[in-house]
Parts: sequence; structure tokens; C-alpha cells
Amino acid sequence: MITRRLLEAPDGRGRIFLAALLGLAVLVPVLNLALPPSSPLHVPTSMVALWGKYLCYALLALSLDLVWGYCGILSLGHGAFFALGGYAMGMYLMRQIGSRGVYAHPVLPDFMVFLNWPELPFYWWGFNWFPYALLMVFLVPGALAFVFGWFAFRSRVTGVYLSIITQALTYALMLGFFRNNFGFGGNNGLTDFKDILGFNVQAAPTRAALFALSALALAAGYLVAGAVVRSKAGKVLIALRDEESRTRFLGYRVENYKTFVFTLSAGMAALAGALYVPQVGIINPSEFAPANSIEVVIWVAVGGRGTLVGAALGAVLVNYAKTTFTTGLLAPYWLFALGGLFVLVTIFLPKGILGLMTKRALPPPPAADWPTPRLEVAGKSPPLGAAPRPEELNRDARATGRPAATGLPQPAE
Amino acid sequence: MDLSVAKPHEITPSLLYLDGVTVSFDGFRALNNLSLAISPGEMRAIIGPNGAGKTTMMDVVTGKTRPDSGAVLFDKGIDLTSRDEAAIAQLGIGRKFQKPTVFDHHTVEDNVLLSLKGDRSVRGNLAWFATAHEAERIGAILLTIGLSGQRQRLAGSLSHGQKQWLEIGMLIAQDPKLLLVDEPVAGMTDAETMTTAELLKDIAKDHTVIVVEHDMEFVRRLGVKVTVLHEGSVLAEGSIDEVSANTRVVEVYLGR
Repeated sequence: MITRRLLEAPDGRGRIFLAALLGLAVLVPVLNLALPPSSPLHVPTSMVALWGKYLCYALLALSLDLVWGYCGILSLGHGAFFALGGYAMGMYLMRQIGSRGVYAHPVLPDFMVFLNWPELPFYWWGFNWFPYALLMVFLVPGALAFVFGWFAFRSRVTGVYLSIITQALTYALMLGFFRNNFGFGGNNGLTDFKDILGFNVQAAPTRAALFALSALALAAGYLVAGAVVRSKAGKVLIALRDEESRTRFLGYRVENYKTFVFTLSAGMAALAGALYVPQVGIINPSEFAPANSIEVVIWVAVGGRGTLVGAALGAVLVNYAKTTFTTGLLAPYWLFALGGLFVLVTIFLPKGILGLMTKRALPPPPAADWPTPRLEVAGKSPPLGAAPRPEELNRDARATGRPAATGLPQPAE
Repeated sequence: MDLSVAKPHEITPSLLYLDGVTVSFDGFRALNNLSLAISPGEMRAIIGPNGAGKTTMMDVVTGKTRPDSGAVLFDKGIDLTSRDEAAIAQLGIGRKFQKPTVFDHHTVEDNVLLSLKGDRSVRGNLAWFATAHEAERIGAILLTIGLSGQRQRLAGSLSHGQKQWLEIGMLIAQDPKLLLVDEPVAGMTDAETMTTAELLKDIAKDHTVIVVEHDMEFVRRLGVKVTVLHEGSVLAEGSIDEVSANTRVVEVYLGR
């Protein structure tokens, strides 16, 4: 069932997107590793790392689009899940340094030695083991999102209030992680990584592999998010985004849908963070900065909210522009350019860049092959008496084994 | 006021039973000791001037508002006051709002699909795949409400009257035991109003329906028992001719 859902053909745009990602995952490492640096087609390792970072941002944007575009949850704190995933990976990488640190302590990371900590705090236990670290990458942000969602959505906190709380969440985490006694390296965060799974994180083949993994993770994230939004649950998400109370009156437990999608999205953001950290070589509390999370919203808005592909595209484009702008003469004007871009897109391109390319940015109706009704109505008014309704209802009731639809009380289901 | 209905602990013949329901908003009593009993299969029209408590009554029944006191019992004594909207909807109470609320970004077909009686869980709906049976059922409903030709159109692009009908179709799809219909003909043309009356009468053949309406002509056309609300409680009950003749009703409502 799950595989059928995942492999259900994405639309044309989605197929192009997936094909491009798979192509990049193969082509870029090959052009980087197999060609000599003198070749015009050679991709330098610095470029591989940079584009790997963009792909992580794209996955983060995709995760935000899932909750914002399809469920109306404007999270201004999605960077928190990204950073937590990054920290979990960073903790693994720190433990891999071993005695190669500045203080050459066999177990304790440098910052703990520096702070005169006698032993590893319990929450660092097990992080030298990769599968455990990988589990924590998903578990910690996932659990946080679940608990946060459980309380916020059950209390029916929506709209701008919810956005403010998500902002407060990431801000509180930032303040916590800045503290030295929090146990995550304080201000400096975690850095000086040496190996990942025994491979040197700086080496070109490792970087190429991380790039390929980032592309595959983005493809996987797209498949999962696409499967969710194409399912009937995805239709419920759009329904509750537009008319939340109406959806409740249809019998859907809105808070469960929101908590589910919020937690799923946090897991995707966390994976993005975990792939980001070995590629940039550092994770520190500034990743929790509210401004970072707001920037993600801009990426999604620029690319096209509620399109998935657009969110990923927006992340890459804006970050490419950022790299271009923040190096050289234009550096002081980047934030103005970013702010201006957001204003312009909001006013002139409400459906983002992708909205320019397609007529309708919202998901098109699936199931176009459903049979059309045998009888067509000629007039505009309902053909009363023309349709054998009670019979229809009764026949359906027989088919489902339920009592016939009559005015009499029926046992509650 | 004694309505001489059976006490809740007895097996009442009522599908919906409100007893002494009071709701206050900042000291204003929107419902004041309201008692009401609806029999299975009945169609009831509820009228009353603005502020009489009609919409609040619907809010209480559907779980949107919790009453300060009083009992709300449904279908052999299920207490509705302790349940939320989703739970009450799953028990079999459907509601149509005063302002047509359909899902604008979904097609007409998907609007009905989302309303179809069935699994409401996240897991069940993630694993959902379109079935021919559902498609057929949707087709039958769209035929009933006259929107067969609009099946793939976005609901947001429908006309006001079509949205009202779509919402009625969504109610039919839910196949609830009790339908609460709030001002179904507000903003409709005379022809649309007549069609809607016929549509509701047709639905009432196999469902229990409560219609809240201002339009007296429409209520007369329905030809059912009428309850007049005034200041949060029942002022009169009977056929439209009886309540029209009631001097107090004329005083507070009709004689304006």
C-alpha cells in the first residue's frame, strides 16, 4: 500500500524534478571525481559542497512547504528542527574525533575538556554509534514537533499566534544552545570534524557522496511529501487549510492531521540539517536564529507555495543569489535585495516562480479517469424526481453492509 | 414552559433532545432554558427574529459551543455536551452553514468525496485509493444536486446558489442521521429557493432535518412543524398557520 502510494506517478513537473535530482546525484560526483581539474567539465570540490548545501536548504524548504502550503501552518521556527537534526549529526561527528582533538582526550570533545567537565553527560552517550545518532536525528526533532503540535493544535492555536509560538520555540532553543553549560559547545557549537563513517569529511569523494546523498534525500522527501498530498489525507489538509471548522464538522479530527504533518515535516527538516552539517563542517546556535527560519519562508514564497517543487527551486535560486550577492561589491545590499524580492514576489507573483510556468499552482484534481455519471442533467436546476435517490442510497447501504439510509435511528458506528 | 417530553433516562422516542439548555455570552443569555425534542424522521423548521438563539442552538448541538447548563441528548441518550465537533459529526450529525462553506480549492467532486461517510483517521486517509464505488456514489449525489456537469470544476468558481447546493450535497454524502441546515435559501433567487425547498423535502424523506430559516414563504412551502424561538427559548410550536395566528408570535416576529 505504502509503496503503491509512493510510486504513484507524480505529475510531469514532479517527474522532471526527480529525474533532474537523480541525474545530479550521478553526474556531479562523476564530473568531480573522474575528470581531471584541467577539464572544462570538471566540477570543483568547493562547488560540490556549495551545491550540496543548497540541496539541504531545498529539502528544508520542501518540509516547510508541506506544512505551510498544504496545511496553512506558517511555521517561523522550522530552522529549529533543521538545527536539531544538525546537532545530532554534529554530536556523532564530534565523537568520531576521538583523541585527535586539540586536548587529545579519548572521549570528551574539546569544549568539555576546556570547561573541565569530568565525564560525558548522559545525553551524549551512544552518539559515537552512527545508527543511534541517525535515530536521534529524527527522534529528537520529531518528538519536539509532536509534543509542540499536540499542545498547540489541540488548543486550536492558529494563524499568527501559532507563527509567533514557533518563532519563540526556535528563539528559546537558540538561547539555550548559546549557553556553555547546556553541553553543546555554547557559542562555538560543534566543529573541527574529522571523519564520517571512517571517511575523511574534507576528502573529495566524501563530499561527492554527501552531495549525492543530499540529492537523493531531497528526491525521497519529495516522494514522501508528494504521496501525502496526493492521498485523501492530503485533500483533508487542503480542506482544513481553507475551512478549518467546516472540516471539523465533517468529522475530521483536524488536530491529528496537523500534528501528523507537522511531525513529518520536522523529520524532513532534521534530515536536511543532518546532511548539511558534515558538508559545511560546523553547527552552532546561530542556526536557530529566527531570521534563518524566516528566510526559509521567503524561499518557499519565491519558488511557489503549495507546489513542493517550487519550494525546492526557490531555496536553490535564493541561495544561489545570496552566494553571488554576498561576495563582492554588492555584499552590503544583500538583505535589501532579499527583502525587496520578498515584497515583489508577494505582490506580483503570489504563486511564486512556479506559478509563472503553470496555470494553476494548487494541486490539480487527480483521478481524472473516474467514470462520469450515466445521466447528464440538461437544465441548470436539480432534476427532482428524475434521480432514484432512495434506491441509490439503499443499494449503497447493501453494498457496504450498513443499515439502509432511513430516517430511523441507526446504531452509532 | 412544560413541553411534556419524556425524561432523558427513559428510552425517548426523540432523535435529538434538548432539556433546559442555557448559554450565556458575557451575561447575555443566547439560550435561556431551551427545551426541544425532534423525533426520528421528522423535519422541523425553526424560525425566530435575529438574536433569538437559532444559530447558538446549532452551535450547541454540533459541539461548537458548550452549554452552561442543560442536557443535549442524541440517538438514545448519547450526551453531546461532552463531545467535540469531530466526534459529534462522526456520530451522525451534519451541518450546513448560513454562509455557504465549501472547499474552494477542491473540485466539486473532491468536496463530495471528503464528505462521504467513511474513515476519518489520518492513517486510513493516507492509505486511500479511489474506488469505482465511491465515484458512482459521488455521481449519484451530483445528479441529485444538479452539479453533474461541474464535477471537475473548482468549487470556488461556482455561483452562490450552486455552492449552497454543493453544501447540501456534502450533507447527503455524510449521510447523517440528523441534518442541521442554517438558512439554506439566504441570497437565493425565487426559483432557486423553490428548487431548494423541493430538494430539502426530498432529503427529509429518509433523514431527520432541522431547518433554520428567516424566509416565511420558504417555511410555508416546506409544510412542516414550526418552532418559534424568542430570546433563547421556545415561544410557540405548531404548523405554520398555527404559529402565524399566535398573538405573541405576531407581536415579537411577524407583526413587524
